[in-house]
Amino acid sequence: MLIKLLNTLLMIVVALSITGVINRTRAILAGRKGIRFFQHVYNARLMLSKGAVYSPTTTALFRIAPCVYLGAAIVAFLFIPIADLEPVLSFHGDIILVAYLLGLARVAIVLAALDTGSSFEGMGAAREALYGALVEPALMMGLATLALFCGYSSFADIFSTAQELGPNVTIVMLLLAYVFLIIMIIESGRVPVDDPRTHLELTMIHEVMCLDYSGIDLAMINIAGWLKNAIWAVIAANAVSVALCFHWEFTTPLAILGTGITIGCIESLRARNKLSRNTTYILTIVAMAALVLLTGFLLYQNIDI
Amino acid sequence: MKLYYITNNTASAVKIADIPVVDYTELYNDLAERMTNSRYHVAHYFATEHEMGLKFYLIILDDECGEVLISSFIPDYYTRGLASLTALHAQFHPFEREMYELYGIPFNNHPWLKPLRFSHDRRNRESTMDSYPFYQMEGDELHEVNVGPIHAGIIEPGAFRFICSGEQVLHLEIALGYQHRGVEGEIIRDDNKLRQTLIAESIAGDTAVGHATAYAELVEKLGEERIDEELKLERMIALELERIAMHIADTGALATDIGFQLYQVACEALRTVTINTTQAWCGNRFGKSMIRPFGTNHPLTQAKVDTIIKNITDVRRRYNELREDILQDNTLLARFEQCGLVPTEEMQRIGGVGMAARSSNLKRDIRATHPSGYYATELKHEPVLKSHCDVMSRLATRLDEVLQSADYVLNTLKGYKPTEKLRAPQYDAKLQADALSFSLIEGWRGEICHVALTDNEGRITKYKVKDPSVHNWLGLAIAVRSEGISDFPINNKSFNLSYCGHDL
Repeated sequence: MLIKLLNTLLMIVVALSITGVINRTRAILAGRKGIRFFQHVYNARLMLSKGAVYSPTTTALFRIAPCVYLGAAIVAFLFIPIADLEPVLSFHGDIILVAYLLGLARVAIVLAALDTGSSFEGMGAAREALYGALVEPALMMGLATLALFCGYSSFADIFSTAQELGPNVTIVMLLLAYVFLIIMIIESGRVPVDDPRTHLELTMIHEVMCLDYSGIDLAMINIAGWLKNAIWAVIAANAVSVALCFHWEFTTPLAILGTGITIGCIESLRARNKLSRNTTYILTIVAMAALVLLTGFLLYQNIDI
Repeated sequence: MKLYYITNNTASAVKIADIPVVDYTELYNDLAERMTNSRYHVAHYFATEHEMGLKFYLIILDDECGEVLISSFIPDYYTRGLASLTALHAQFHPFEREMYELYGIPFNNHPWLKPLRFSHDRRNRESTMDSYPFYQMEGDELHEVNVGPIHAGIIEPGAFRFICSGEQVLHLEIALGYQHRGVEGEIIRDDNKLRQTLIAESIAGDTAVGHATAYAELVEKLGEERIDEELKLERMIALELERIAMHIADTGALATDIGFQLYQVACEALRTVTINTTQAWCGNRFGKSMIRPFGTNHPLTQAKVDTIIKNITDVRRRYNELREDILQDNTLLARFEQCGLVPTEEMQRIGGVGMAARSSNLKRDIRATHPSGYYATELKHEPVLKSHCDVMSRLATRLDEVLQSADYVLNTLKGYKPTEKLRAPQYDAKLQADALSFSLIEGWRGEICHVALTDNEGRITKYKVKDPSVHNWLGLAIAVRSEGISDFPINNKSFNLSYCGHDL
């Protein structure tokens, strides 16, 4: 019980810290002092204390979407273990549930964006749906690789047995961590796929779908974004830990600093993709995930022989 | 019959009596032939009230020999409409549309005649800004995206209507006019030349020096006094400082639009140094109060010269480092290359000017073709030309022009000993009567053209302003055709056109 509590607490710490680390990394690279580390949390608290304004063209769908979005993210969040700690929820096959809970969240927000009737949001929804569909194979193959090695299909079982895998899977796990990191970038709408700071609606993907949300709804969407970030960051960090040092004391800071600093550096040091190149970019990650699965499968066969 | 009065940009004002009043049909036939040659482009074309109805003035520039061709015509009172030149040469479109807006002149066969700034249509009062007649296309796969007129960020209002097939833009129409302040009317409201200078400075906030210089040169051409060489030199320095500052700012803005933080912050820092140099000189970061007719309130002193040399040397060195990095950055090149093409022929057809035209390999640079002031006497300017015609070209032009301008500033100021005895400005100078005066200045964005007519007592009775944006907005609409709609912002920024300069 205590372990479950510790796991959840650490997950929350990861969720709250990643955005702060990204902002701080970007500020340092820009030669600035930067905003407060938890400024995004203060902002969310401020928004939570406000009401919301709704456009008269929207329907109930628009109002339900943030709850579905946040709810799905919270449930998925509870399935994720940090290294060998035990998550709150777990059953056989929960990796599929987590993947599709996040899919449900996407569907909710896409429908809400269409509900506003705004041409901007329509374009954003089309882009989000396309990229979501393209990234899904990478996600499923990544999870399949994990399942293949451990013979289990729940996050808790996978990572509790993973420590016995030994050094011959190191390369596969590092590649897998890379795949999950890129999935995180795509899912959370970060450079090079999307740019969360841009003011240009015509170029936005995720942000443009939230243009009509304000106050408490916007805060819920932001919080769900943090939770999703934490899910991907922890899975990526777990994969690295399996290869290097499988312990939550190692995995937690790795999840925060590894992803935060990497994304901060990417956002400072490169340009966004041309929107039409994003599909190529995502398909490259799918190809990489396929390679990881194949390599993993061959290694797995060898071990058995 | 002589169709044009031929002059140049350094001569003094033209007597109105010297400008031939020609038959429109003859002029039309001549222009139909003449404007196909890329050495000519229209600088200004406007109508003014006259006892016989309306009198039209046309100013054509010859880029090859630096001549300025001025013609005028008075259509018969009973003539219904004029044959449209836009139908033959697209570069006439903003001018014909403006005359239609102001006087309701119908231009026959005009491809799409509607007011340029659009508060309402003179021939159909039902047609107003709120029911703007945007171009429309039919098709199940097409969708329209409207952006504006309220800008989501910090810049000015303008409505952009895209017709898209998926992500691809098929057509963009730009509707402006939201910033109309009546500048031309305000300038001639009374004869106070200080007030007129201040208005000229405010025509476009980012080209304060450019427009103020255009006003000052125009008034000086009407006056009789000689202008000191030193004053010409200082104006050149001011114009080049403005060019450096704006080009650096645009480099940073382009980096911002592709989410590239590093170049963004580097350029912001460099721009601050540049505009602070201007502030150290005249007390205003944008060079307001720097340029005044016949003299200056802020003559350069040795201390100011040293500050400018020190800062610009530093800016040049740092910007050059940045430039080399930008030219090698593959993620940035992937965004900018082959994006937003405006081929040379298109640019010539729409009468593009300035930096955008030079990026499409079209040599339009007043400093080289129709130099005035210091550019005419001491400086031999060689325009920067780029041949790829894309967003990267427009960035590369900026990258090179900053270095070029910095070199002009540094080389000119090196060894310059200011006498600090420049005259104070004069606001009560006697101006030539019954004359037409024009000034052509290469602002950072391109060719600025101001034209004034004086009455028999030397008062300015008609003042016409043309910001380079008037020509180039159509270039932006052409650039985004067949591009992804998400590439519109970088195209827009690569032109960086003025809304209020267009709307006046």
